[in-house]
Amino acid sequence: MDCQDLRLTIEYVGSSGIILSSEQKAALETSLTILKNNHKFDKTYFWGKILGVKDDYFIAQGVGKNEFEDRKILYSKNLVNWGLLPPATPEMKEKAKLAKGRFTGDPSFEFEHTEIKKIGEGEEQTEEEETVTIKEEERLAAVIAEIDYDVRIIPRGAFVKTAKGSPSVHQPQIFMFPGYVVSGLSISEAAKLCSYMHFREATKMHEQTLLEKADMNPSIDFMDPLDKDIPKGSWSLQFERGSAQVTLRSLSWQGYVFFHVPGTRRYGSIYVGSGEKNMDLPFML
Amino acid sequence: MTDVTENNEKNGSDQFTNAKSYLLQVSTKTGLSLYEHLAAVLSRILDERPKDVVDTFEDLSRDQKKAKFTSEVDTVQDKIDKSTEVALAEIQEKLFSKGEGEDAEEIPEEDVETPLPNLMELCYYFEQAGVGLNREEMVRIWLALKNLVDNHPLQHVRFWGKIFGTEQNYIIAEVEYREGEDEEEEEEEAEETHEEDTTEKDNDDDEDEENEEDDIPKPDYKPPPVVPKEENRTGANKKTYFICNDPGKPWVKLPSVTPAQISLARKVKKFFTGRLDAPVVCYPPFPGNEANYLRAQIARVSAGTHISPLGFYQFDEEEEEEEEGGGRDTFVENLEFEGIPVRELVDPSLSNWVHHVQHILPQGRCQWWNPVQKNEDDFEDEEEDEEREEPDEPEPEEGPPLLTPLSEDNEVDSMPPWTPKISSKLVPQYAISVMHSNLWPGAHAFATEKKFENVYIGWGHKYASDNYSPPPVPAIQEEFSSGPEITETEDPTPEEEAALRAAQQEAAEAAEEMEEGEEEEDEDD
Repeated sequence: MDCQDLRLTIEYVGSSGIILSSEQKAALETSLTILKNNHKFDKTYFWGKILGVKDDYFIAQGVGKNEFEDRKILYSKNLVNWGLLPPATPEMKEKAKLAKGRFTGDPSFEFEHTEIKKIGEGEEQTEEEETVTIKEEERLAAVIAEIDYDVRIIPRGAFVKTAKGSPSVHQPQIFMFPGYVVSGLSISEAAKLCSYMHFREATKMHEQTLLEKADMNPSIDFMDPLDKDIPKGSWSLQFERGSAQVTLRSLSWQGYVFFHVPGTRRYGSIYVGSGEKNMDLPFML
Repeated sequence: MTDVTENNEKNGSDQFTNAKSYLLQVSTKTGLSLYEHLAAVLSRILDERPKDVVDTFEDLSRDQKKAKFTSEVDTVQDKIDKSTEVALAEIQEKLFSKGEGEDAEEIPEEDVETPLPNLMELCYYFEQAGVGLNREEMVRIWLALKNLVDNHPLQHVRFWGKIFGTEQNYIIAEVEYREGEDEEEEEEEAEETHEEDTTEKDNDDDEDEENEEDDIPKPDYKPPPVVPKEENRTGANKKTYFICNDPGKPWVKLPSVTPAQISLARKVKKFFTGRLDAPVVCYPPFPGNEANYLRAQIARVSAGTHISPLGFYQFDEEEEEEEEGGGRDTFVENLEFEGIPVRELVDPSLSNWVHHVQHILPQGRCQWWNPVQKNEDDFEDEEEDEEREEPDEPEPEEGPPLLTPLSEDNEVDSMPPWTPKISSKLVPQYAISVMHSNLWPGAHAFATEKKFENVYIGWGHKYASDNYSPPPVPAIQEEFSSGPEITETEDPTPEEEAALRAAQQEAAEAAEEMEEGEEEEDEDD
């Protein structure tokens, strides 16, 4: 969620059990302001918290001009000193999947994964153990990238694609359809999963039928909507206080909470969890 | 080349049609389209030819719009539906009003002890720990708890926590009735058992009828005896739980938990939906609906994560000595408890915290129940049973006794079961100690001086680093060993039959001859 009004927006996720103590809020406000200035970010987001066994990681993201590409991830354990995480490479993501168990809270900790490989055939077969070590810092970067890819969502129309350069995304106030965007989603729209989109480059566009494509607005519908997610029911959509606020909780990454106040531009999301994907989801629905 | 230009032309004409059709869209409010409007404005400008049109264009446009009469009144009557927000606010408004007849300012009697906890104080401490809920939501829950206290004869009330569901969430209150005031419950149960009896009788009748027709072989398998559930106020049913989906909505009492439900809840992992009557679709089948599953999970979470600082509770020495062996299950508050310094509470050895809820045995009960003794009572009249070998006396299951320190807890997949934390590293002299459970993510406890509290806010699932896999289906039963006594003989071929018949005939003839011979012999005599 945006750091500018963190103290207001954090209240919206309080009903999901996500609370920052006053000390943490104060420290965040101070240190993120400095961070934004030092790194020359256009915007800083408080991304959330990854719970470790001994210590927790607080994660912030800084964004430059392009929301998709200019994104840097920083972590901190005491909310004052922030360290830059390396960008997650596909290789790191592969390796991070092998690490089992919770984060420890020590960035230099190394997870070990032994794999038994069988070499040769028939009677000559020999078993060879191969150990892969994964540094916790790298796993952290990979997990954050995974979470962003899998569940980071925005309300439909919060970002519009402009004519300038294809993937660049800008804040919409200046551009097209301001009326639509400023008023946010209506209550009946907010109740539908198709009104929320994955904040990533579209990967499922070609799966849309012609009929669906006909109704699409290319300046808004340039990302994947949530109702195409597999398995169905991997999101829990709830209205809070009647219909004053809509909360989406991801069931595949438990701890990811998204909120939107229908009729306003207020929305945001946060992740507070152990950084482990819920692989049991198909059994639990 | 020509193709490209053609394409371009085609695209151009497509875009033109698209643009025109967009302009022709009729506004739902005024019934006008921009196309008509522009055409009207432009033709007027061309007719009148005013000076510096570009400056007065907006006014001309507005004039043109005004010129068209549109009625302000909609023919459809305005009837705004009450939004759900308003509906809920109306329900919750009652929480903020005092009860009827209490309008006059009443000075509360100070002597009367209320079972209502000081929730906002606890909320304040939890907030320092970075857990809990919104303050506003806490106030609403507090008022809802007050409502609960007013309507039920309760001795003790606690905010147990919140469990998320996919459709709605559960807010859970843990209560204890005053002595001898939970009669309603017993009546309900009596009715239930009565119903069961009648159904059983029906079954018996059916069986009798069947017996008359044909003698069906009865299997000699006896299902293992059902482990009886624990009485209210003991073991896993020590406390009663009320739940509601939103503060202000009615509180619903959860049924008491049976050992079968607890042991099955250990085998399944399902999301809660938020509806108590929802079925729990899983394998192995769960005995009951979501209310029972919720109650079983609450019992498991409580047994695993309700902790207090060492020495806050102690065993009642006078009473306990009389009791026979087995774990002691009651304790009293230690009035001389002085509090443990925060530094010692967050010590990673965890020896300064104890569990104050009984461990649930693998059987699903807190007190072990011997299944064998019941066998003897029930089947005395059946002689067959006595002939059979008496099963060995089973080993009683034993769990850690009450008030066991956390240092005895098992590791969770090679990581410590609890994470102790201090709420502030910057001002440690005023910080409080916090415990986060790693076995039940979402379970937290805090302690400072003489205060402590537990809360659970989460999905209601136990942590496991391995993937969940449902228990396998039972092994296929072995076939009856085939032997000569159950092997069917092969049908004889016609030749064999003919041969047999011939042989029989020969034998018969021979016998006749013999007889005749004998007769002759007789005659001879």
